[in-house]
Amino acid sequence: MDFSYTETQDMIRETLSRFLADTYDFDSRSKMIASSSGRDPGIWKALAQDLGMLGASFSEDQGGLGGGHLENALIMEELGKVIAIEPYLQTVVLGGGALKAVGGAVADAVIPEIINGNVIIAFAYAEPQGRYNLANIRTTAKKDGAGYVLNGHKSVVYAAPWATHLLVTARTGGATSDVNGVSLFLIDANAKGIVRRDYPTVDGFQASEIYFENAAIPADALLGDEGAGLPLIERIVDEATVAVCAESCGVTAKLHQGTLEYARQRNQFGQPISRFQVLQHRMVDMFMEVEQSKSMTTMATLKLDLPAAERMAAVSACKAKVSRSAKFVGQNAIQTHGGIGITQELAIGHFFKRATMIENQFGSADHHYDRFERLTLAD
Amino acid sequence: MQLEFSPAEIAFQKEVRSFIAENYPENLRSVQDEGHDLSKEDFLSWHRILAKKGWIAPAWPVEYGGTGWTATERFIWSEELAAADCVGTMPFGLSMVGPVIYTFGTPEQKAKFLPGILSGDDWWCQGYSEPGAGSDLASLRTKAVRDGDDYVVNGQKTWTTMAQHADWGFFLVRTDSDAKAQEGISFLLIDMKSPGVTVRPIITLGGEHEVNEVWLEEVRVPVANRVYEENKGWTCAKFLLAHERTGIAAVARSKRGVEKIKAIARTEQDGDRPLIANPFFKRKISELEIDLTALEFTELRSLAGEASGKGPGPESSLLKIKGSEIQQRITELALEAVGHYGAPYFRGFGEGDNEHPIGPDYAHRAAPTYFNTRKTTIYGGSNEIQRNIIAKMVLGI
Repeated sequence: MDFSYTETQDMIRETLSRFLADTYDFDSRSKMIASSSGRDPGIWKALAQDLGMLGASFSEDQGGLGGGHLENALIMEELGKVIAIEPYLQTVVLGGGALKAVGGAVADAVIPEIINGNVIIAFAYAEPQGRYNLANIRTTAKKDGAGYVLNGHKSVVYAAPWATHLLVTARTGGATSDVNGVSLFLIDANAKGIVRRDYPTVDGFQASEIYFENAAIPADALLGDEGAGLPLIERIVDEATVAVCAESCGVTAKLHQGTLEYARQRNQFGQPISRFQVLQHRMVDMFMEVEQSKSMTTMATLKLDLPAAERMAAVSACKAKVSRSAKFVGQNAIQTHGGIGITQELAIGHFFKRATMIENQFGSADHHYDRFERLTLAD
Repeated sequence: MQLEFSPAEIAFQKEVRSFIAENYPENLRSVQDEGHDLSKEDFLSWHRILAKKGWIAPAWPVEYGGTGWTATERFIWSEELAAADCVGTMPFGLSMVGPVIYTFGTPEQKAKFLPGILSGDDWWCQGYSEPGAGSDLASLRTKAVRDGDDYVVNGQKTWTTMAQHADWGFFLVRTDSDAKAQEGISFLLIDMKSPGVTVRPIITLGGEHEVNEVWLEEVRVPVANRVYEENKGWTCAKFLLAHERTGIAAVARSKRGVEKIKAIARTEQDGDRPLIANPFFKRKISELEIDLTALEFTELRSLAGEASGKGPGPESSLLKIKGSEIQQRITELALEAVGHYGAPYFRGFGEGDNEHPIGPDYAHRAAPTYFNTRKTTIYGGSNEIQRNIIAKMVLGI
């Protein structure tokens, strides 16, 4: 048992933290979001090519730095500290995670392009009726000659307007919620028959509703075995869930820190409000939530490669706790700021918005308590 | 970073597990299973076995009798003790005054007191709180006045746990009444058999005699029994409180407690289903279990920090707050789980008593334990005081 980071991991964190401090201050971020594409593509290129950051979690054979889940977690935490809108989660954690798991020719071709920053992947999995059930899929992929034809509607696909590729879940058989009959595809985002409706999200990203209208895709777009994709999807979503928890650790640490700084300089009743014990204790409670989120994220990150049932229980325990912490820390950060906290002017409100979206991303606290109970508390 | 134990750690785990299996006293096991209060001899029987083996003080430096185990090995040890449901060792000597003596004491004090703490020959108690000095500990008024080579001590201490068994006590006393609150305090080791020491029981809500009042009237204490400098006792007190707080997380024991609740909830019926199938009760268990995992990994992270050179610092207050809350929730759920049978008052078996007590065995101590465990958020610095400590020492506000 060992809880220390390697020198390489410390270096990754320091390099990224320094880069983001220079490039991702609040004003720069606001400008990126307000620009026509809603992002600054130069940052992604720099992360890839100047910092080598996009290769941190890939093996050396694949052209990466030889890391894995821990590297993803610490990168996501740093990105969370500046509420970065980079598609690292979608491209590296989800897309890269699926490719690492299946291997083969497609992985060999695409992973180097992820590492170079030339590929951006968006994960089209959610559907209007499916909520957090990954098997509840109505999008169909019908065999057609050598390839498939896609039809269906995918909801709130983060980063889709920027994507070169879509990672899509679809039914190649079975009924809507069947465990069997689910397949995973990596397809060209600009293929014919894909209709996108793009929009900004409340937390600063760009996303799309995606409609597949007889979109023809080649046979080699299939990742893994046809109809047996659910375990793979569950695995990469678990990995992404922990990555979002790591991001939440960064976001809530900043919410807490920003609240402390504000309380020290805000004077009421002739003194800084940080002197009031009721606020001190609230800020201590926020601190404890942040620390426990870090602990749970560490725990779940270290359990991602365990057998599925243990992995799922660990990930759900982590997300249930982190979701509640994100809500607690976010709401109390705003409350402590008072009126200024609910304006667009201060960064704190923007951290709160991201924390709020994290609460339900890949499943609410309730969803994860349920899954944890199904796995560990049988009658 | 990795969770797996190394082959050496697995071998260590096997070694301690079989040691416990082979050496834990049979009669102690049955006393525990039947829900009796433990006597001094019950506690000491296990203490002496560990002392003989050299495993009584894993956290101490090797030169004073520690085991030299790594943080991971200590973690394994506490897990195994809890998994086997072993009684705890009394903390007053091993976790409290022992570390103060080997850190601040003179060579003579170390030689005189440490062996008795390790062997269990000396039972210690803690003279801190007073009727007028609880959370505001530094307002304590028990007075020690120098008279030749002695101090003469007068005052009253309270909440003195297990003082009825104690051979020695460590006391905070005021040696300078003119100094600011924290500055006129000294740390004295007092022989509990000294003339003028009176111990009176306080009975708590579960009917237990755990705590006491201790009256000190013209008690003569040799100056040689003062640890560290005169009027600098607060330094020892703060050091001791930080040490006290880490053990207070009680993760391994709480894990065992959660397992016991699950077992009860599988046995107890809730209409035509077991209680564990009740979604509301089930959610309380899962919340508890997940919060306990968060506490466990917070402690592991903090131990890793400690191993890299930092002693237990103010963040150990977090472990105290969360650990004590979880201990309380466990007893709360246990009481809820036993339903009607939380009410009968079980006073233990009397002489020649051969009637089976009312209700299932696991219900006997549910209510008394719940009542008793309200103490955990009050003692060792109440949880409100712990929040003050984090605000000041960690957050800097």
